Amino acid sequence: MDEEVTQVLPTPVASEAEVVLSCEQLTTREINGRLRELPEGSVVRITNAKGTHNLAVGLRRHLRITIEGNAGYYTAGLCDGPDVTVEGSVGWGLAENLMRGIVRVRGNASESAAATAHGGTVIVHGDASSRAGISLKGGTLAVAGDVGHMSGFMAQAGTILVGGDAGHALGDSLYEAVVYVGGKVQSLGADSRIEDLTEADVACAREIIDLAGFDHIDPQNLTRVASAKQLYNFDALKNQRY
Amino acid sequence: MCGIVGIHLKDPALEPRLGELLVPMIEALTGRGPDSAGLALYDRTTPDGSLRWSLRGPSASYDWEALAARLGEDLGQPASVEVKVDVGLLTVKAPVEQVRTRLADIAPEVKIVGVGEAMTLHKDIGSARQVCDRYGIELVGGYQGVGHTRMATESAVTTQHSHPFSPAPDLALVHNGSFSNHVMIRRRLEAKGIIFETDNDSEVAARYIGYWLAQGDTLDDAMRRVLKEFDGFFTLLVTSRDEFAVVRDAFACKPLVVAETDAYVAVASEYHALATLPGIESARVFEPQPEDVHSWTKK
Repeated sequence: MDEEVTQVLPTPVASEAEVVLSCEQLTTREINGRLRELPEGSVVRITNAKGTHNLAVGLRRHLRITIEGNAGYYTAGLCDGPDVTVEGSVGWGLAENLMRGIVRVRGNASESAAATAHGGTVIVHGDASSRAGISLKGGTLAVAGDVGHMSGFMAQAGTILVGGDAGHALGDSLYEAVVYVGGKVQSLGADSRIEDLTEADVACAREIIDLAGFDHIDPQNLTRVASAKQLYNFDALKNQRY
Repeated sequence: MCGIVGIHLKDPALEPRLGELLVPMIEALTGRGPDSAGLALYDRTTPDGSLRWSLRGPSASYDWEALAARLGEDLGQPASVEVKVDVGLLTVKAPVEQVRTRLADIAPEVKIVGVGEAMTLHKDIGSARQVCDRYGIELVGGYQGVGHTRMATESAVTTQHSHPFSPAPDLALVHNGSFSNHVMIRRRLEAKGIIFETDNDSEVAARYIGYWLAQGDTLDDAMRRVLKEFDGFFTLLVTSRDEFAVVRDAFACKPLVVAETDAYVAVASEYHALATLPGIESARVFEPQPEDVHSWTKK
């Protein structure tokens, strides 16, 4: 599949100039089509977003994309490579199923930010709403502010860093993912528990804080939330059957 | 899915532009609800003590003047009517039940869509744009308006099944979501004498809130009762003559974005429906937390 795509695509040479795509002049489908045609390393500005859904989705090259204003649902969804910055806030499903790349939101993110992200980093400078990092599969979610209820629900792998407070039922049915919270935890979900912060945790959190550019979170002063493994006790090494 | 929009104006200078502000909002949510659309609009043009009845006739050629004359004669009060295609907005100074009974007697072919001192209610099958164009919503003034675009999941696509539902004078409810225990609650309300017009699940929530308001609840109290009694997914926007209130279920499965400025409070299922409002760039934009009732009262 990868080979086929490479053969069809033009030789990747990025132009110096920033490509500007306006949501007022182009449909969402046209914008995503244009983004898919751009060579590796292109710099793009998407203007007049005004809450438009599905911007910068399904991209597989390392583009540097800035979205002006607020974007809608599924911003930077299903991506594998691009760095996307939204200057405003975004709707539901930010960077859903991200594989690689950095998705940064200067404002707030609505529900299910970074849902099922396998890789890459999702950074929210404001707050994220309910179910942030739901079913995370290896990616990193860093939220400077608060997260809503049921965040980290069934997260399988990866890391969630919350600078502010976490809402009710944090980390319900967690697997191997770990959540760090700088503020208060309103309540823990089923089978999640607070654990001691280790040196490795501090190092991991520091790395995320540095990458995100946050300056208000002390990596030594975080609450570590992980699975209590009472519901989740599958262990492939013990030859368990399922 | 379904789409909800609403605007509650604080700045009287915006009142002549109510329809102009509301139409792009509801139209933006056509994708969430393409099968029907409806609006409840609130203004201060009804004379003191009079009620305005939003009535739907059997056809666009219905003789509303004759109905108004007959009704006025029967009630001993002058009745005036403004005609909008198949809808007659009939204004008369007489008690609700008296008018309702007379209408049922002399014009059983006419359906009552809503009634109030301030509220006008329009709803029909079709897209938001079609419904707004048919009833000239863009040109309407007022101080508060709500809109709904419907994607039916629980009951039929008809005019009666579309939102808003109005269980009492000036009261309107729009719902995004679905209730799972509405049949049980309907039976309990029916046992108390509440009459339903459709088998729609949202109508149950509307009549439930209407019932509790009649028992003396505040709107906030009645909406908190919904959280205790109703099982399912819901974002509700409920408006009365003076109030504008929203609530989301415990799981917050259905979206809502609120934008507040000094000039207005506006809500919509999705942000882009708010993007056309004046001053939205500097508005305080937030999502109501699960089970928090937010309400605003007209000063």
